[in-house]
Amino acid sequence: MGLLIKNAMIVNADKIWDTRQDILCEAGKIVKIAASIAPDGHQIIDAKGKKVLPGLIDIHVHLRQPGCEDKETIETGSKAAAKGGFTTIMCMPNTTPVIDNAMVVEFIRREAQRVGLVNVYPIGAITKAQNDQELTDMAELKSAGCLALSDDGKAVLNSRLFRLAMEYAKMLDLLLIEHCQDPCLSAGGVMNEGEVSTLLGLKGDPAIAETVIVARDIEIALYLNARVHLAHMSLKRSVDLIRAAKAQGIQVTAEACPHHFTLTDADVKSFDTSMKVNPPLRAKEDVEAIQQGIADGTIDCIVTDHAPHTKEDKEVGFDAAPFGLTGLETSLGLTITQLVKPGVITLSQMAERMSAAPARIVGLGGKGRIQEGKDADLTIIDPDKKWTVTKEGFVSKSVNSPFIGRTLSGRVEYTVCGGKIVYAPVA
Amino acid sequence: MTQWKHQHLLGLQDLTAEDIELVLDTAQSFKEVSSRDIKKVPALRGKTVVMLFFEPSTRTRVSFELAAKRLSADTLNIAASVSSTTKGETLLDTARNIEAMNVDLMVVRHGTSGAPFILAQGLKCSVVNAGDGCREHPTQALLDLFTLKEKFGRIKGLRVGIVGDILHSRVARSNIWGLTKLGAKVTVCGPATLMPRGIEAMGVEVCYDIRKLIKNSDALITLRLQKERQQDKFLPSLREYGRLFGINREKLAEGSDELIVMHPGPTNRGVELSAEVADGKQSVILDQVTNGVAVRMAVLYLVLGKHDM
Repeated sequence: MGLLIKNAMIVNADKIWDTRQDILCEAGKIVKIAASIAPDGHQIIDAKGKKVLPGLIDIHVHLRQPGCEDKETIETGSKAAAKGGFTTIMCMPNTTPVIDNAMVVEFIRREAQRVGLVNVYPIGAITKAQNDQELTDMAELKSAGCLALSDDGKAVLNSRLFRLAMEYAKMLDLLLIEHCQDPCLSAGGVMNEGEVSTLLGLKGDPAIAETVIVARDIEIALYLNARVHLAHMSLKRSVDLIRAAKAQGIQVTAEACPHHFTLTDADVKSFDTSMKVNPPLRAKEDVEAIQQGIADGTIDCIVTDHAPHTKEDKEVGFDAAPFGLTGLETSLGLTITQLVKPGVITLSQMAERMSAAPARIVGLGGKGRIQEGKDADLTIIDPDKKWTVTKEGFVSKSVNSPFIGRTLSGRVEYTVCGGKIVYAPVA
Repeated sequence: MTQWKHQHLLGLQDLTAEDIELVLDTAQSFKEVSSRDIKKVPALRGKTVVMLFFEPSTRTRVSFELAAKRLSADTLNIAASVSSTTKGETLLDTARNIEAMNVDLMVVRHGTSGAPFILAQGLKCSVVNAGDGCREHPTQALLDLFTLKEKFGRIKGLRVGIVGDILHSRVARSNIWGLTKLGAKVTVCGPATLMPRGIEAMGVEVCYDIRKLIKNSDALITLRLQKERQQDKFLPSLREYGRLFGINREKLAEGSDELIVMHPGPTNRGVELSAEVADGKQSVILDQVTNGVAVRMAVLYLVLGKHDM
């Protein structure tokens, strides 16, 4: 017995089907797509009036476990992912202990399997304990299940070490994800450096802290003919650098977050610590450039950088509050509201940026596309449905969202992972 | 006459020119109280004013305390450590605990910009900002405005230079708001490394030549230079700072005899001001201190008066 999705308007990255189809999922795979498939005792979802996308993939999430289970756990993070329409998430290694050896990778994978909602792939660290001193045992991390490595939270600042990491990772065909930030230039900045930081008297984090690392990594990638993926790009100048690099055939890919194509540094005027995020919210022209970069493919994928923090952690004033905001449950709504509805990208392009491209970048060949034989990971959405973000609505352990009170278009109706319904409307 | 409508005083950014004039006029009438033999009026009898200071301060705290006492309010000083608020208790928790003892007004100083906003949003009592991070120090700017008005009879059209570490100065920001709202022409002057990006958007001009500034100013507000700025690499040395931006008798002589020199205190003598300038006839530093009490009396009176009447 399988799961049969009736009347599906299928949205793939390359096309939106113009007729309704039925999709039959069995044993975790999509086994048949046809105009009409007999019910045959299958569990049925009627997707009439909805769009069916390949399961969304977020390659930049912080699940906090092990170490900070008060903020989030693999279980609550998986629930938040499923509610947000994600069927695959990749979690960053800045946990306690750091994901820098096979044992921690295995712990996370086992716990994710026990929870049994979405696919969780741990991202291993590039350097042991993320200390910017010694490389991790990358082959061991890969065989334990890591698809990518990153020291997210900080850059690998030592340029020689990053060069060596890139060479070594290339040999293993592992993706490196760089958190582009020179901490010497950031110098304790808590928001974007500019007119608004000047006005508010908050310490500014200058654009060059990001762009010097973007430029450095592009140069190293060119020199080594190796690939690098740049995390959470926030600036027009970064988009320009990446666009130029891609035009020269350099193997650079990049991601951006909904908050960076939605909010500006002027939103910090509220002193709402949910607006404190790293990289910081930037100027209006940067927001426009990120949107443009997503539209033209300079930015390959949309990620959340889901960074849950407790109320107690955040309610300590802007300087002392930790960076980060919760993002899994608002990402789809923000993407549709900010990019699809205004015509910046199409629904197909959204399927590309939120599913096909991340699958391709991390090498998940069975995912990212609705096609017979592919994994039965599907996200069924109503792109026109309006809903309001509320504190009570979150299933994540944390509610540090700057979007509370906003009305968004586009809601997840069902999330199907491995042919199993992992999120469905309550009513 | 304008009516005061604000429950809190968080910054001069939030005030209109009329609001500021009202504070200055009110302060004028309170200034006389402090020169009386019996320096007390019953205006705030029965009110409780708490000074909640998360940063060490002597001048500002004492000035607020005297202001409250001369208005017959009961006062309480709390030197709160930031560390106690990081031990699981949030900033708002701390303040709510104090408020629960039926406090009418909290005067707050905190090292983080915006901290008084968080308190004003979460408390029922009034909040007066006594300095938040590098953002605002509204009562300092009000007393500077009062002093300028006392000396020149007006603010409109005055050419005021603000000299020093603009980047880290809440005094500079509050003064920029206040002075520009009242029609003064403001020029900021200091090392390029301590000049915040985009400061021109606040309606000021930037100048790096102290002699030129002195020639073209009616008043100079000099700022305290924290010695740590050298350790943070913003400056090659304090000596070099003194050479470029310190004000001594020789540089001051290039300006008008009517030029006045101000400083929020405490001064680093020999760095931002030479001793002969700090103590000289063009210095109004002690007038500022005296006026500070009157201005803070006005602020407490207006902010608390709003709820009663």
